[in-house]
Amino acid sequence: MADSETRVVRTTVWSPGPGCHGGCGAKLYVKDGRLVKVEGDEDHPFNQGRACPRLLALTQYVYHPERLLYPMKRVGARGEGKWERITWDEALDTIEKKLKDIRDEYGPESVLFCQGTGRDIGGPISFLAYSYGSPNWVQLGLAGQSCYTPRLAAMSVTFGDFAVLDAGQFFVERYESKEWQPPKCIIIWAQNPMSGCPDAFQGHWIVECMKRGSELIVIDPRWTWFASRSKYFLQIRPGTDGALALGMINVIINEGLYDKEFVEQWTYGFDALKERVKEFTPERVSAITWVPADLIIAAARFYASSKPAAIHWGLPVDQCPEGTTVAQAITHLWCLTGNLDVPGGNVIARASHNVTTYPFDSHQLLSLYGEELVKKLSEKRIGAQRYGMVRNFRGWAQPDMAIEQILTGDPYPIKAAWIQTTNILGGQAADLRKHYEALKKLDFIVAADTFMNPTIMALADIVLPVATFAEKESFRSWWAPLSVVVPAVKVGECRSDWEINLELARRFNPEGIPWKTVKELINERLKPSGKTFDELAAQGSWEMPPEGHPSRPYRRYEKGLLRPDGKPGFRTPTGKVEFYSKTLEEWGLDPLPYYEEPPESEVRTPELFKKYPLIMATGRRSPVYFHAEHRMIPWLREIDPDPIIEINTSTAKEMGIEDGEWVWIENDRGRIKRKARVTPIIHPKVVMVPHGWWLPETEGKEPYLYGIWEYNCNLLIPIGTQGKSGFGGGAYKTTLCRIRKMEKGEV
Amino acid sequence: MKVRYGLLIDYEYCTGCHTCEVACKQEHNFPVGRWGIKVNEIILENFNNRVSIDYLPFPTDLCNLCSHRIQDGMLPSCVKHCQAGCMKFGPVGELAMEMEKKGKMVLYTPK
Ligand code: SF4
Ligand code: SF4
Repeated sequence: MADSETRVVRTTVWSPGPGCHGGCGAKLYVKDGRLVKVEGDEDHPFNQGRACPRLLALTQYVYHPERLLYPMKRVGARGEGKWERITWDEALDTIEKKLKDIRDEYGPESVLFCQGTGRDIGGPISFLAYSYGSPNWVQLGLAGQSCYTPRLAAMSVTFGDFAVLDAGQFFVERYESKEWQPPKCIIIWAQNPMSGCPDAFQGHWIVECMKRGSELIVIDPRWTWFASRSKYFLQIRPGTDGALALGMINVIINEGLYDKEFVEQWTYGFDALKERVKEFTPERVSAITWVPADLIIAAARFYASSKPAAIHWGLPVDQCPEGTTVAQAITHLWCLTGNLDVPGGNVIARASHNVTTYPFDSHQLLSLYGEELVKKLSEKRIGAQRYGMVRNFRGWAQPDMAIEQILTGDPYPIKAAWIQTTNILGGQAADLRKHYEALKKLDFIVAADTFMNPTIMALADIVLPVATFAEKESFRSWWAPLSVVVPAVKVGECRSDWEINLELARRFNPEGIPWKTVKELINERLKPSGKTFDELAAQGSWEMPPEGHPSRPYRRYEKGLLRPDGKPGFRTPTGKVEFYSKTLEEWGLDPLPYYEEPPESEVRTPELFKKYPLIMATGRRSPVYFHAEHRMIPWLREIDPDPIIEINTSTAKEMGIEDGEWVWIENDRGRIKRKARVTPIIHPKVVMVPHGWWLPETEGKEPYLYGIWEYNCNLLIPIGTQGKSGFGGGAYKTTLCRIRKMEKGEV
Repeated sequence: MKVRYGLLIDYEYCTGCHTCEVACKQEHNFPVGRWGIKVNEIILENFNNRVSIDYLPFPTDLCNLCSHRIQDGMLPSCVKHCQAGCMKFGPVGELAMEMEKKGKMVLYTPK
């Protein structure tokens, strides 16, 4: 294949294209300036040559006939689908003028800077928002900010850092590394690692651990492939994970299975936690969670007695009621058992080489933008007055409140939105109709993306074409390795998110932006590594953190590598792992984990449950799609063609629904339709409705908008269910519904 | 005698991720509807009081064991990219020896 005319570019994958949280090494084959093939890079430690279907279908994405290739402006009414090609100069001049006018008249906080999931966007978009002067960097539509931020916050307040399951990902030699050992027990908590690589963790690493002896505990309302291979499968009621975690802590403490030495030496607040979990007996937890008490006990014992043991968790944790407190309880499990920052445990994960791409915590935000600016902006951030965590942790505006504020103008008006690589209406927005109505009220909306989608069609005034990872320069330090994204081809007039945002940032804040090119900016931010973009590119696009560096494991708390003062211990007020969180206390929150029932449930709203007797859990991942993307990619759509609903075999039988028939899913907020997949893998009282469905092959103009009103399950999900911290609790897994077979003649 | 080559699948670890299908389509530029390998799902209820979920890829008549790649000293595309690392390519005799070592394997000899 690599003949004389074919060039091979080694790069690291992040976002547009496969769409994901990235990290894999790829070899891009380029012939006559055209991408002709993609392979996994066998020399890259993240994926060791392997690849997912979305990466392998990249040529169909990059050269798709419907790809956005040049800037456009809207010439008809919003939703009419009338667009006119414009130059980049015209597009950027218009944006600059409109946003400066709005800034002058209403203040910079009146513009929302909206992104979707954790891709190579958090860096460039927060950079643009801060350069413009707006504190409102927001995952608009994501009810309760329920994606990783609650877990990050919980870890941060407990031990001052973040941690991930240790699959040897911090070492070049991976599974062969002498320092590493496989976990003896892995808890897969609310995630199906087969389908993707959430939170910079490649799901299939767990398969490699299984080959090396790891035994599984799986916690999920659905039988996954991993559940079918588990030692213990806890088929849980959606949203009750907090109770389960507290119940497991109860067993571990009362049976004396915790790591006494670690708890004694390195933790604070053990007695308070012991007192708190008293009421969470296995019997009571069983009644809450549907998991038999003996199984809760067996799982807790097996986890606590396996050394080392690790927990891999998923975003449903964030979507539990009070997501942060649920994450806090799960965090306590690995701290109680002494599995923090040990080989094969939950290893502390820092940005590689201390380089910041995408600010994951407040330390990073402050170091990038300075204490003064961040403090000043935080005052006005939406949600900061109400929620101590929104004010003090990271830099997100609270999304449920942001959408309400567009409608109320209280405490200040919102006038414009910058929507960058997020399809809000086809993707994450709960209470779809409210988002649609609110966003329509805005004076000015810019959208930057790779394809036309319902959000752009309904709302955008200016559209900017975005480059895929194969077309861009970028950099990545999401845990390890430190890597760069190396461009291989150029397509149309597409520009990278960094390129677009650097140019606009310069226009909004000329004095504050010294970098002339994206590469200059990247090199500046790479400084802590001692390497430049070109050096990293030349060495295959990546580098692992060196020995002794704080971003390299293990047991950094013993070595004084975690705290700014260089003393042993953790970056918390007491210097210890805090079961009783001083930080939460300071933010006016319960310092200890607790349980709260889902907003709609047989327990909390029994009347509603009579009307809507099924729990609609949404969002199970497809291995061929990333959220609302890829439905237009032929090789991928072929594998997962229809918007389906999973219904348990016995439930379907009772209702006379057969596999492949179309059904209505309804509640008080509306109804959508899906094709039934009748299967034993889902719990009989739960239906699973995959998210992100719009049909790019259908009519895009109003009112159809590619079918969002017919297929998007988020139409049925409320907003405003966020936890007391402001983070967590989006009811994406716990909304009640009923289903009804579609009658003949109904469409 | 000419050496016969095959594909060994360790279906204990095949997760059903569909990578092999798309890897093959890209390599051979197969359009929608044509598959060099197809992943089958076998779900059984109440199997030892559990649900059993297994996947088994099946190389079709379009599979030529990536002969052009083998000539270039590369692995077949599906084998190289398989996310679970559960596929092996080699002479059938050697692969059969692998099967001696562990259960839950199938050996295909597509050509
Ligand atoms: S060996 Fe090659 S041709 Fe055969 S299934 Fe694998 S990728 Fe397709
Ligand atoms: S790529 Fe490997 S794990 Fe994935 S479906 Fe094919 S054989 Fe199974």
